[in-house]
Amino acid sequence: MTISRSTRRLLAVVTGLVLAVLYAPLALVVVNSFNTSQALTWPPSGFTTQWWQRAAVNPGAHDAILTSLTVAACATVLALVLGTLLGLAMQRYSFFGKDTVNLLVVLPIALPGIVTGIALSNAFSSILGVRLGFFTLVVAHATFCIVTVFNNVQARLRRMGGNLEEASADLGAGMWTTFRLVTLPQLRSALLAGGLLAFALSFDEIIVTTFAAGPGVTTLPVWILTNLFRPGQAPIVNVVAVVMIVVSVAPIWLAQRLSSDPTDTTRAIH
Amino acid sequence: MTLSSISSTLSRRPGIRLGLLLAAPLTWLVLVYVVALAALLVTAFWTIDSFTNELERTFTLDNVREITGEALYRSVTLRTLGVALLVTLIDCAIALPVGFYMAKVASRRSRHLLVIAFLMPLWASYLVKALAWRSLLSNGGLLDWAGGLVGLGSPGFGFTAIVLTQAYIWLPYVILPVYAAYERVPDSLLDAAGDLGARPALTFRTVVLPLVVPGLVAGSIFSFSLTMGDYITVNIVGGANQMLGNLVYINSGSNLPLAAAIALIPIVVIMIYLALVRRTGALENL
Repeated sequence: MTISRSTRRLLAVVTGLVLAVLYAPLALVVVNSFNTSQALTWPPSGFTTQWWQRAAVNPGAHDAILTSLTVAACATVLALVLGTLLGLAMQRYSFFGKDTVNLLVVLPIALPGIVTGIALSNAFSSILGVRLGFFTLVVAHATFCIVTVFNNVQARLRRMGGNLEEASADLGAGMWTTFRLVTLPQLRSALLAGGLLAFALSFDEIIVTTFAAGPGVTTLPVWILTNLFRPGQAPIVNVVAVVMIVVSVAPIWLAQRLSSDPTDTTRAIH
Repeated sequence: MTLSSISSTLSRRPGIRLGLLLAAPLTWLVLVYVVALAALLVTAFWTIDSFTNELERTFTLDNVREITGEALYRSVTLRTLGVALLVTLIDCAIALPVGFYMAKVASRRSRHLLVIAFLMPLWASYLVKALAWRSLLSNGGLLDWAGGLVGLGSPGFGFTAIVLTQAYIWLPYVILPVYAAYERVPDSLLDAAGDLGARPALTFRTVVLPLVVPGLVAGSIFSFSLTMGDYITVNIVGGANQMLGNLVYINSGSNLPLAAAIALIPIVVIMIYLALVRRTGALENL
Protein backbone atom coordinates (compact mmCIF):
# COMPACT_ATOMS: atom_id res chain seq x y z
CA MET A 1 0.00 0.00 0.00
CA THR A 2 1.45 3.36 -0.94
CA ILE A 3 0.33 6.06 1.38
CA SER A 4 0.02 9.43 -0.26
CA ARG A 5 2.27 12.20 0.85
CA SER A 6 -0.55 14.31 2.22
CA THR A 7 -1.83 11.40 4.33
CA ARG A 8 1.67 10.83 5.71
CA ARG A 9 1.94 14.50 6.57
CA LEU A 10 -1.51 14.54 8.15
CA LEU A 11 -0.66 11.51 10.30
CA ALA A 12 2.61 13.10 11.37
CA VAL A 13 0.79 16.29 12.36
CA VAL A 14 -1.83 14.34 14.34
CA THR A 15 0.87 12.34 16.16
CA GLY A 16 2.79 15.53 16.91
CA LEU A 17 -0.34 17.22 18.26
CA VAL A 18 -1.18 14.24 20.47
CA LEU A 19 2.36 14.26 21.86
CA ALA A 20 2.07 18.00 22.53
CA VAL A 21 -1.21 17.44 24.37
CA LEU A 22 0.40 14.61 26.38
CA TYR A 23 3.34 16.71 27.51
CA ALA A 24 1.75 20.17 27.87
CA PRO A 25 -0.08 19.47 31.17
CA LEU A 26 3.10 18.00 32.69
CA ALA A 27 5.08 21.02 31.52
CA LEU A 28 2.39 23.25 33.04
CA VAL A 29 3.00 21.67 36.46
CA VAL A 30 6.71 22.43 36.12
CA VAL A 31 6.00 26.05 35.07
CA ASN A 32 3.51 26.50 37.93
CA SER A 33 6.09 25.42 40.46
CA PHE A 34 8.10 28.55 39.51
CA ASN A 35 5.09 30.85 39.21
CA THR A 36 4.85 33.77 41.67
CA SER A 37 1.05 33.63 41.59
CA GLN A 38 -0.68 30.99 43.67
CA ALA A 39 -3.89 31.09 41.64
CA LEU A 40 -2.80 28.72 38.82
CA THR A 41 -3.77 31.36 36.25
CA TRP A 42 -2.19 31.73 32.84
CA PRO A 43 0.06 33.40 31.81
CA PRO A 44 2.33 33.13 34.90
CA SER A 45 2.79 36.41 36.74
CA GLY A 46 6.51 36.01 37.43
CA PHE A 47 9.40 33.69 38.19
CA THR A 48 10.28 32.59 41.71
CA THR A 49 12.12 29.76 43.40
CA GLN A 50 10.52 30.39 46.79
CA TRP A 51 8.14 27.40 46.50
CA TRP A 52 11.08 25.12 45.83
CA GLN A 53 12.91 26.58 48.83
CA ARG A 54 9.85 26.16 51.03
CA ALA A 55 9.23 22.62 49.82
CA ALA A 56 12.87 21.76 50.48
CA VAL A 57 12.39 22.44 54.20
CA ASN A 58 8.85 21.05 54.49
CA PRO A 59 9.04 18.21 57.04
CA GLY A 60 5.74 16.62 55.94
CA ALA A 61 6.94 16.33 52.36
CA HIS A 62 10.29 14.90 53.52
CA ASP A 63 8.66 12.19 55.62
CA ALA A 64 6.28 11.38 52.80
CA ILE A 65 9.13 10.95 50.30
CA LEU A 66 10.95 8.68 52.73
CA THR A 67 7.81 6.60 53.34
CA SER A 68 7.16 6.29 49.61
CA LEU A 69 10.73 5.22 48.90
CA THR A 70 10.65 2.61 51.68
CA VAL A 71 7.29 1.18 50.62
CA ALA A 72 8.36 1.07 46.98
CA ALA A 73 11.67 -0.62 47.84
CA CYS A 74 10.02 -3.32 50.00
CA ALA A 75 7.26 -3.96 47.44
CA THR A 76 9.86 -4.17 44.66
CA VAL A 77 11.94 -6.77 46.49
CA LEU A 78 8.86 -8.94 47.10
CA ALA A 79 7.70 -8.49 43.52
CA LEU A 80 11.16 -9.44 42.21
CA VAL A 81 11.16 -12.75 44.08
CA LEU A 82 7.56 -13.69 43.32
CA GLY A 83 7.61 -12.44 39.73
CA THR A 84 10.82 -14.32 38.88
CA LEU A 85 9.54 -17.62 40.33
CA LEU A 86 6.30 -17.22 38.43
CA GLY A 87 8.07 -16.22 35.21
CA LEU A 88 10.28 -19.33 35.37
CA ALA A 89 7.31 -21.60 36.03
CA MET A 90 5.18 -20.11 33.26
CA GLN A 91 7.86 -20.01 30.59
CA ARG A 92 9.63 -23.32 31.23
CA TYR A 93 6.66 -25.59 31.99
CA SER A 94 3.19 -26.22 30.67
CA PHE A 95 0.53 -27.19 33.14
CA PHE A 96 -3.20 -27.21 33.71
CA GLY A 97 -4.66 -23.82 34.55
CA LYS A 98 -1.81 -21.80 33.05
CA ASP A 99 -4.18 -19.28 31.46
CA THR A 100 -5.90 -18.74 34.78
CA VAL A 101 -2.58 -18.03 36.47
CA ASN A 102 -1.76 -15.57 33.68
CA LEU A 103 -5.05 -13.74 34.27
CA LEU A 104 -4.48 -13.81 38.02
CA VAL A 105 -1.19 -11.90 37.69
CA VAL A 106 -2.71 -9.19 35.49
CA LEU A 107 -5.94 -8.85 37.47
CA PRO A 108 -4.63 -6.69 40.35
CA ILE A 109 -3.57 -4.04 37.83
CA ALA A 110 -6.39 -4.49 35.29
CA LEU A 111 -9.24 -4.23 37.77
CA PRO A 112 -9.93 -0.66 38.91
CA GLY A 113 -7.84 0.40 41.89
CA ILE A 114 -10.94 0.97 43.95
CA VAL A 115 -11.92 -2.70 43.65
CA THR A 116 -8.45 -3.93 44.55
CA GLY A 117 -8.24 -1.32 47.30
CA ILE A 118 -11.50 -2.04 49.05
CA ALA A 119 -11.09 -5.81 48.62
CA LEU A 120 -7.67 -5.73 50.30
CA SER A 121 -8.61 -3.33 53.08
CA ASN A 122 -11.74 -5.37 53.79
CA ALA A 123 -9.72 -8.60 53.89
CA PHE A 124 -7.05 -7.09 56.14
CA SER A 125 -9.24 -5.30 58.63
CA SER A 126 -12.49 -7.24 58.85
CA ILE A 127 -11.45 -10.77 57.88
CA LEU A 128 -7.87 -11.12 59.14
CA GLY A 129 -8.09 -8.51 61.88
CA VAL A 130 -4.75 -6.94 60.89
CA ARG A 131 -4.37 -3.23 61.58
CA LEU A 132 -3.88 -1.19 58.43
CA GLY A 133 -0.44 0.35 58.23
CA PHE A 134 2.98 0.05 56.66
CA PHE A 135 2.87 -3.76 56.47
CA THR A 136 -0.52 -4.00 54.76
CA LEU A 137 0.52 -1.27 52.33
CA VAL A 138 3.64 -3.17 51.28
CA VAL A 139 1.61 -6.36 50.81
CA ALA A 140 -0.95 -4.52 48.66
CA HIS A 141 1.71 -2.83 46.52
CA ALA A 142 3.70 -6.04 46.03
CA THR A 143 0.53 -7.75 44.80
CA PHE A 144 0.05 -5.41 41.85
CA CYS A 145 3.79 -5.01 41.21
CA ILE A 146 4.38 -8.74 40.51
CA VAL A 147 3.10 -8.31 36.96
CA THR A 148 5.88 -5.93 35.83
CA VAL A 149 8.68 -8.27 36.95
CA PHE A 150 6.81 -11.31 35.67
CA ASN A 151 6.33 -9.81 32.20
CA ASN A 152 9.96 -8.78 31.86
CA VAL A 153 11.30 -12.13 33.08
CA GLN A 154 8.92 -14.08 30.89
CA ALA A 155 9.77 -12.05 27.79
CA ARG A 156 13.49 -12.51 28.41
CA LEU A 157 13.19 -16.27 29.02
CA ARG A 158 11.15 -16.64 25.85
CA ARG A 159 13.87 -14.94 23.82
CA MET A 160 16.68 -16.84 25.58
CA GLY A 161 15.28 -20.29 24.86
CA GLY A 162 16.35 -23.29 26.93
CA ASN A 163 19.48 -24.38 25.03
CA LEU A 164 22.08 -22.95 27.37
CA GLU A 165 20.33 -24.37 30.41
CA GLU A 166 20.15 -27.79 28.78
CA ALA A 167 23.81 -27.60 27.84
CA SER A 168 24.66 -26.73 31.43
CA ALA A 169 22.66 -29.70 32.71
CA ASP A 170 24.28 -32.01 30.15
CA LEU A 171 27.67 -30.91 31.41
CA GLY A 172 26.68 -32.07 34.84
CA ALA A 173 25.67 -28.85 36.60
CA GLY A 174 22.88 -29.20 39.16
CA MET A 175 19.71 -27.12 39.06
CA TRP A 176 20.93 -24.49 41.47
CA THR A 177 24.30 -24.14 39.75
CA THR A 178 22.60 -23.78 36.38
CA PHE A 179 20.26 -21.15 37.74
CA ARG A 180 23.03 -19.21 39.44
CA LEU A 181 25.61 -19.37 36.65
CA VAL A 182 23.48 -19.58 33.49
CA THR A 183 19.91 -18.37 33.96
CA LEU A 184 20.39 -15.54 36.43
CA PRO A 185 23.16 -13.68 34.55
CA GLN A 186 20.99 -13.66 31.45
CA LEU A 187 18.01 -12.40 33.42
CA ARG A 188 19.91 -9.64 35.17
CA SER A 189 18.90 -6.68 32.99
CA ALA A 190 15.32 -7.96 32.70
CA LEU A 191 15.14 -8.11 36.49
CA LEU A 192 16.54 -4.61 36.76
CA ALA A 193 14.01 -3.30 34.22
CA GLY A 194 11.11 -5.12 35.87
CA GLY A 195 12.22 -3.98 39.30
CA LEU A 196 12.47 -0.35 38.19
CA LEU A 197 8.97 -0.51 36.74
CA ALA A 198 7.65 -2.08 39.93
CA PHE A 199 9.32 0.67 41.91
CA ALA A 200 7.78 3.41 39.77
CA LEU A 201 4.37 1.75 39.91
CA SER A 202 4.44 1.57 43.70
CA PHE A 203 5.89 5.05 44.14
CA ASP A 204 2.99 6.62 42.20
CA GLU A 205 0.07 4.58 43.39
CA ILE A 206 -2.71 6.45 45.14
CA ILE A 207 -6.05 4.62 44.99
CA VAL A 208 -5.11 1.26 46.51
CA THR A 209 -2.87 3.20 48.89
CA THR A 210 -5.70 5.27 50.36
CA PHE A 211 -7.45 2.02 51.26
CA ALA A 212 -4.55 -0.17 52.37
CA ALA A 213 -2.34 2.33 54.22
CA GLY A 214 -4.46 3.28 57.17
CA PRO A 215 -4.33 6.74 58.76
CA GLY A 216 -0.75 6.62 60.09
CA VAL A 217 1.13 6.07 56.83
CA THR A 218 1.54 9.04 54.49
CA THR A 219 3.12 8.31 51.13
CA LEU A 220 3.95 11.13 48.74
CA PRO A 221 0.73 10.80 46.68
CA VAL A 222 -1.31 10.72 49.90
CA TRP A 223 0.51 13.86 51.07
CA ILE A 224 -0.33 15.60 47.79
CA LEU A 225 -3.96 14.58 48.02
CA THR A 226 -4.37 15.85 51.59
CA ASN A 227 -2.61 19.14 50.85
CA LEU A 228 -4.23 19.74 47.49
CA PHE A 229 -7.26 21.54 48.81
CA ARG A 230 -5.55 23.29 51.71
CA PRO A 231 -5.33 27.04 51.17
CA GLY A 232 -1.83 28.32 50.40
CA GLN A 233 -0.36 24.85 49.85
CA ALA A 234 -0.97 24.70 46.08
CA PRO A 235 2.49 25.97 45.01
CA ILE A 236 4.32 23.50 47.27
CA VAL A 237 2.09 20.71 46.02
CA ASN A 238 3.22 21.68 42.51
CA VAL A 239 6.86 21.39 43.52
CA VAL A 240 6.26 17.95 45.04
CA ALA A 241 4.38 16.96 41.88
CA VAL A 242 7.43 17.85 39.78
CA VAL A 243 9.58 15.70 42.06
CA MET A 244 7.10 12.87 41.57
CA ILE A 245 7.23 13.17 37.79
CA VAL A 246 11.02 12.95 37.89
CA VAL A 247 11.19 10.07 40.39
CA SER A 248 8.63 8.01 38.48
CA VAL A 249 9.80 8.73 34.93
CA ALA A 250 13.53 8.33 35.54
CA PRO A 251 13.25 4.58 36.30
CA ILE A 252 11.22 4.10 33.11
CA TRP A 253 13.82 5.86 31.08
CA LEU A 254 16.47 3.64 32.66
CA ALA A 255 14.42 0.48 32.20
CA GLN A 256 13.94 1.42 28.58
CA ARG A 257 17.67 1.70 28.06
CA LEU A 258 18.25 -1.65 29.76
CA SER A 259 15.87 -3.64 27.61
CA SER A 260 17.04 -4.03 24.03
CA ASP A 261 13.47 -4.42 22.82
CA PRO A 262 11.36 -1.39 23.72
CA THR A 263 8.11 -3.34 23.59
CA ASP A 264 9.39 -5.42 26.52
CA THR A 265 8.76 -2.47 28.74
CA THR A 266 5.41 -1.67 27.21
CA ARG A 267 4.46 -5.25 27.84
CA ALA A 268 4.86 -4.52 31.50
CA ILE A 269 1.39 -3.05 31.51
CA HIS A 270 -0.53 -4.94 28.90
CA MET B 1 19.69 -35.46 52.48
CA THR B 2 22.58 -33.41 51.13
CA LEU B 3 22.19 -30.46 48.87
CA SER B 4 23.42 -32.35 45.81
CA SER B 5 21.02 -35.24 46.35
CA ILE B 6 18.13 -32.76 46.65
CA SER B 7 19.34 -31.20 43.45
CA SER B 8 19.47 -34.51 41.60
CA THR B 9 16.04 -35.56 42.86
CA LEU B 10 14.70 -32.25 41.62
CA SER B 11 16.23 -32.55 38.19
CA ARG B 12 14.55 -35.94 37.76
CA ARG B 13 11.16 -34.67 38.86
CA PRO B 14 9.91 -31.67 36.86
CA GLY B 15 6.58 -31.84 38.71
CA ILE B 16 8.19 -31.08 42.06
CA ARG B 17 10.32 -28.38 40.44
CA LEU B 18 7.23 -26.70 39.02
CA GLY B 19 5.49 -27.04 42.36
CA LEU B 20 8.34 -25.31 44.18
CA LEU B 21 8.45 -22.50 41.65
CA LEU B 22 4.72 -21.93 41.79
CA ALA B 23 4.22 -22.38 45.54
CA ALA B 24 5.21 -18.95 46.79
CA PRO B 25 3.73 -16.69 44.07
CA LEU B 26 0.51 -18.68 43.79
CA THR B 27 0.02 -18.79 47.54
CA TRP B 28 0.56 -15.06 47.62
CA LEU B 29 -1.83 -14.25 44.78
CA VAL B 30 -4.52 -16.63 46.01
CA LEU B 31 -4.23 -15.80 49.70
CA VAL B 32 -3.93 -12.07 49.28
CA TYR B 33 -5.93 -11.37 46.16
CA VAL B 34 -8.40 -14.13 45.35
CA VAL B 35 -9.44 -14.51 48.95
CA ALA B 36 -9.83 -10.74 49.25
CA LEU B 37 -12.03 -10.60 46.15
CA ALA B 38 -14.12 -13.52 47.42
CA ALA B 39 -14.41 -11.87 50.82
CA LEU B 40 -15.56 -8.67 49.14
CA LEU B 41 -18.30 -10.62 47.42
CA VAL B 42 -19.39 -12.18 50.72
CA THR B 43 -19.25 -8.87 52.58
CA ALA B 44 -21.63 -7.35 50.04
CA PHE B 45 -24.31 -9.68 51.42
CA TRP B 46 -23.69 -8.75 55.05
CA THR B 47 -24.99 -5.70 56.79
CA ILE B 48 -24.19 -3.44 59.71
CA ASP B 49 -26.21 -2.91 62.83
CA SER B 50 -27.77 0.51 62.50
CA PHE B 51 -27.32 1.29 66.22
CA THR B 52 -23.87 -0.03 67.03
CA ASN B 53 -22.31 0.14 63.54
CA GLU B 54 -20.99 -3.38 64.13
CA LEU B 55 -20.64 -5.75 61.19
CA GLU B 56 -23.42 -8.35 61.16
CA ARG B 57 -22.29 -11.52 59.45
CA THR B 58 -25.66 -12.80 58.34
CA PHE B 59 -26.75 -13.22 54.75
CA THR B 60 -29.07 -10.49 53.50
CA LEU B 61 -30.06 -9.04 50.16
CA ASP B 62 -30.63 -5.57 51.66
CA ASN B 63 -27.60 -3.98 50.00
CA VAL B 64 -28.41 -5.46 46.62
CA ARG B 65 -31.98 -4.26 47.00
CA GLU B 66 -30.77 -0.79 47.92
CA ILE B 67 -28.37 -0.38 45.00
CA THR B 68 -30.81 -1.79 42.45
CA GLY B 69 -33.81 0.08 43.85
CA GLU B 70 -32.58 3.58 44.52
CA ALA B 71 -32.46 6.16 41.75
CA LEU B 72 -29.13 7.56 42.99
CA TYR B 73 -27.25 4.37 42.19
CA ARG B 74 -28.89 4.05 38.81
CA SER B 75 -27.97 7.59 37.75
CA VAL B 76 -24.43 7.33 39.10
CA THR B 77 -23.94 3.97 37.36
CA LEU B 78 -25.20 5.44 34.08
CA ARG B 79 -22.92 8.46 34.45
CA THR B 80 -19.92 6.25 35.21
CA LEU B 81 -20.72 4.01 32.27
CA GLY B 82 -21.12 7.06 30.03
CA VAL B 83 -17.75 8.49 31.08
CA ALA B 84 -16.02 5.11 30.61
CA LEU B 85 -17.50 4.63 27.13
CA LEU B 86 -16.72 8.20 26.02
CA VAL B 87 -13.16 7.96 27.31
CA THR B 88 -12.68 4.62 25.53
CA LEU B 89 -14.11 5.99 22.26
CA ILE B 90 -11.92 9.11 22.36
CA ASP B 91 -8.79 7.11 23.16
CA CYS B 92 -9.48 4.54 20.41
CA ALA B 93 -10.15 7.31 17.88
CA ILE B 94 -6.79 8.89 18.72
CA ALA B 95 -4.86 5.62 18.99
CA LEU B 96 -5.84 4.33 15.53
CA PRO B 97 -4.13 7.03 13.44
CA VAL B 98 -1.26 7.61 15.88
CA GLY B 99 -0.46 3.89 16.19
CA PHE B 100 -0.54 3.57 12.41
CA TYR B 101 1.86 6.46 11.99
CA MET B 102 4.25 5.02 14.60
CA ALA B 103 4.30 1.49 13.19
CA LYS B 104 3.94 1.95 9.46
CA VAL B 105 4.94 5.49 8.44
CA ALA B 106 7.66 6.70 10.81
CA SER B 107 11.25 5.64 10.17
CA ARG B 108 12.73 2.86 12.28
CA ARG B 109 14.77 5.30 14.34
CA SER B 110 11.96 7.70 15.10
CA ARG B 111 9.70 4.73 15.82
CA HIS B 112 11.86 3.80 18.80
CA LEU B 113 11.87 7.41 20.02
CA LEU B 114 8.09 7.67 19.59
CA VAL B 115 7.51 4.55 21.69
CA ILE B 116 9.61 6.07 24.47
CA ALA B 117 7.83 9.40 24.06
CA PHE B 118 4.44 7.77 24.57
CA LEU B 119 5.71 5.48 27.31
CA MET B 120 7.10 8.16 29.61
CA PRO B 121 3.84 10.05 30.30
CA LEU B 122 2.14 6.70 30.88
CA TRP B 123 4.31 6.25 33.93
CA ALA B 124 4.18 9.83 35.17
CA SER B 125 2.02 9.79 38.26
CA TYR B 126 -1.71 9.45 37.78
CA LEU B 127 -2.30 11.93 40.57
CA VAL B 128 0.05 14.49 39.06
CA LYS B 129 -1.80 14.23 35.74
CA ALA B 130 -5.14 14.89 37.40
CA LEU B 131 -3.50 17.80 39.22
CA ALA B 132 -2.13 19.17 35.97
CA TRP B 133 -5.60 19.14 34.44
CA ARG B 134 -6.97 20.93 37.46
CA SER B 135 -4.72 23.88 36.79
CA LEU B 136 -5.25 23.55 33.03
CA LEU B 137 -9.03 23.73 33.39
CA SER B 138 -9.21 26.19 36.26
CA ASN B 139 -10.82 29.59 36.00
CA GLY B 140 -8.31 31.87 34.27
CA GLY B 141 -6.06 28.88 33.57
CA LEU B 142 -4.27 27.90 30.39
CA LEU B 143 -7.37 26.53 28.60
CA ASP B 144 -9.36 29.66 29.41
CA TRP B 145 -6.52 31.76 28.05
CA ALA B 146 -6.00 29.66 24.91
CA GLY B 147 -9.75 29.37 24.34
CA GLY B 148 -10.06 33.12 24.75
CA LEU B 149 -7.93 33.60 21.64
CA VAL B 150 -10.60 31.86 19.55
CA GLY B 151 -13.60 32.99 21.58
CA LEU B 152 -14.09 29.87 23.68
CA GLY B 153 -13.69 29.28 27.41
CA SER B 154 -12.51 26.39 29.54
CA PRO B 155 -15.25 23.81 30.14
CA GLY B 156 -14.58 24.29 33.85
CA PHE B 157 -14.90 21.50 36.40
CA GLY B 158 -17.61 18.93 35.72
CA PHE B 159 -18.62 16.08 33.43
CA THR B 160 -16.59 17.30 30.42
CA ALA B 161 -13.55 17.83 32.61
CA ILE B 162 -13.79 14.26 33.94
CA VAL B 163 -14.00 12.83 30.41
CA LEU B 164 -11.09 14.96 29.13
CA THR B 165 -8.84 14.20 32.09
CA GLN B 166 -9.56 10.47 32.07
CA ALA B 167 -9.09 10.27 28.29
CA TYR B 168 -5.75 12.03 28.81
CA ILE B 169 -4.64 9.76 31.64
CA TRP B 170 -5.42 6.45 29.91
CA LEU B 171 -4.43 7.44 26.33
CA PRO B 172 -0.93 5.89 26.41
CA TYR B 173 -2.48 2.64 27.72
CA VAL B 174 -4.49 2.45 24.49
CA ILE B 175 -1.89 3.78 22.06
CA LEU B 176 0.84 1.28 22.99
CA PRO B 177 -1.12 -1.98 22.44
CA VAL B 178 -2.59 -0.54 19.23
CA TYR B 179 0.91 0.33 18.06
CA ALA B 180 2.09 -3.19 18.93
CA ALA B 181 -0.81 -4.64 16.92
CA TYR B 182 0.04 -2.52 13.84
CA GLU B 183 3.65 -3.56 14.25
CA ARG B 184 2.65 -7.22 13.93
CA VAL B 185 0.85 -6.63 10.61
CA PRO B 186 3.37 -7.71 7.96
CA ASP B 187 4.21 -5.06 5.39
CA SER B 188 4.00 -7.71 2.67
CA LEU B 189 0.28 -7.97 3.36
CA LEU B 190 -0.17 -4.26 2.70
CA ASP B 191 1.89 -4.53 -0.50
CA ALA B 192 -0.16 -7.51 -1.64
CA ALA B 193 -3.40 -5.60 -1.12
CA GLY B 194 -1.92 -2.65 -3.03
CA ASP B 195 -0.70 -4.86 -5.87
CA LEU B 196 -4.14 -6.35 -6.18
CA GLY B 197 -5.48 -2.87 -6.77
CA ALA B 198 -6.92 -1.91 -3.40
CA ARG B 199 -6.70 1.77 -2.59
CA PRO B 200 -5.10 2.63 0.79
CA ALA B 201 -8.49 3.31 2.38
CA LEU B 202 -9.83 -0.08 1.30
CA THR B 203 -6.63 -1.86 2.37
CA PHE B 204 -6.85 -0.20 5.74
CA ARG B 205 -10.49 -1.11 6.25
CA THR B 206 -10.40 -4.70 5.02
CA VAL B 207 -6.84 -5.84 5.75
CA VAL B 208 -5.24 -3.75 8.47
CA LEU B 209 -8.17 -2.90 10.74
CA PRO B 210 -9.33 -6.51 11.38
CA LEU B 211 -5.78 -7.39 12.43
CA VAL B 212 -5.53 -4.39 14.74
CA VAL B 213 -8.86 -4.89 16.50
CA PRO B 214 -7.46 -7.28 19.16
CA GLY B 215 -4.86 -4.68 20.17
CA LEU B 216 -7.48 -1.95 20.15
CA VAL B 217 -9.77 -4.00 22.36
CA ALA B 218 -6.90 -4.89 24.71
CA GLY B 219 -6.20 -1.18 25.15
CA SER B 220 -9.88 -0.40 25.59
CA ILE B 221 -10.07 -2.90 28.46
CA PHE B 222 -7.64 -0.69 30.34
CA SER B 223 -9.27 2.64 29.54
CA PHE B 224 -12.75 1.25 30.23
CA SER B 225 -11.94 -0.69 33.38
CA LEU B 226 -9.72 1.93 34.96
CA THR B 227 -12.25 4.71 34.27
CA MET B 228 -15.08 2.63 35.73
CA GLY B 229 -13.39 2.58 39.12
CA ASP B 230 -11.92 6.05 39.29
CA TYR B 231 -12.76 8.44 42.08
CA ILE B 232 -9.69 10.63 42.57
CA THR B 233 -9.95 12.41 39.21
CA VAL B 234 -13.61 13.01 39.91
CA ASN B 235 -12.72 14.65 43.21
CA ILE B 236 -10.08 16.82 41.61
CA VAL B 237 -11.78 18.02 38.40
CA GLY B 238 -15.35 16.70 38.65
CA GLY B 239 -17.01 19.54 40.54
CA ALA B 240 -20.10 18.17 42.29
CA ASN B 241 -20.30 15.06 40.09
CA GLN B 242 -20.03 11.60 41.59
CA MET B 243 -18.99 8.33 40.02
CA LEU B 244 -19.29 4.81 41.41
CA GLY B 245 -15.82 5.01 42.90
CA ASN B 246 -16.85 8.01 45.00
CA LEU B 247 -19.84 6.14 46.42
CA VAL B 248 -17.60 3.18 47.28
CA TYR B 249 -15.07 5.46 48.92
CA ILE B 250 -17.62 7.46 50.91
CA ASN B 251 -19.31 4.34 52.25
CA SER B 252 -16.13 2.36 52.90
CA GLY B 253 -15.63 4.03 56.26
CA SER B 254 -19.15 3.88 57.64
CA ASN B 255 -20.87 0.97 55.89
CA LEU B 256 -18.43 -1.52 54.46
CA PRO B 257 -21.05 -4.04 53.25
CA LEU B 258 -22.81 -1.34 51.25
CA ALA B 259 -19.48 -0.14 49.83
CA ALA B 260 -18.66 -3.74 48.85
CA ALA B 261 -22.05 -4.09 47.16
CA ILE B 262 -21.48 -0.86 45.19
CA ALA B 263 -18.01 -2.08 44.18
CA LEU B 264 -19.70 -5.11 42.65
CA ILE B 265 -21.36 -2.85 40.04
CA PRO B 266 -18.11 -1.95 38.23
CA ILE B 267 -16.92 -5.56 38.62
CA VAL B 268 -20.09 -6.89 36.97
CA VAL B 269 -19.93 -4.26 34.21
CA ILE B 270 -16.27 -5.08 33.52
CA MET B 271 -17.02 -8.81 33.48
CA ILE B 272 -19.76 -8.17 30.91
CA TYR B 273 -17.34 -6.06 28.88
CA LEU B 274 -14.70 -8.80 29.04
CA ALA B 275 -17.25 -11.44 28.02
CA LEU B 276 -18.29 -9.27 25.06
CA VAL B 277 -14.74 -8.74 23.83
CA ARG B 278 -13.53 -12.27 24.54
CA ARG B 279 -14.31 -13.43 21.02
CA THR B 280 -11.97 -10.84 19.49
CA GLY B 281 -8.99 -12.65 21.02
CA ALA B 282 -8.04 -9.50 22.89
CA LEU B 283 -7.50 -11.26 26.19
CA GLU B 284 -4.39 -12.94 24.81
CA ASN B 285 -3.09 -9.46 24.03
CA LEU B 286 -3.27 -8.18 27.58
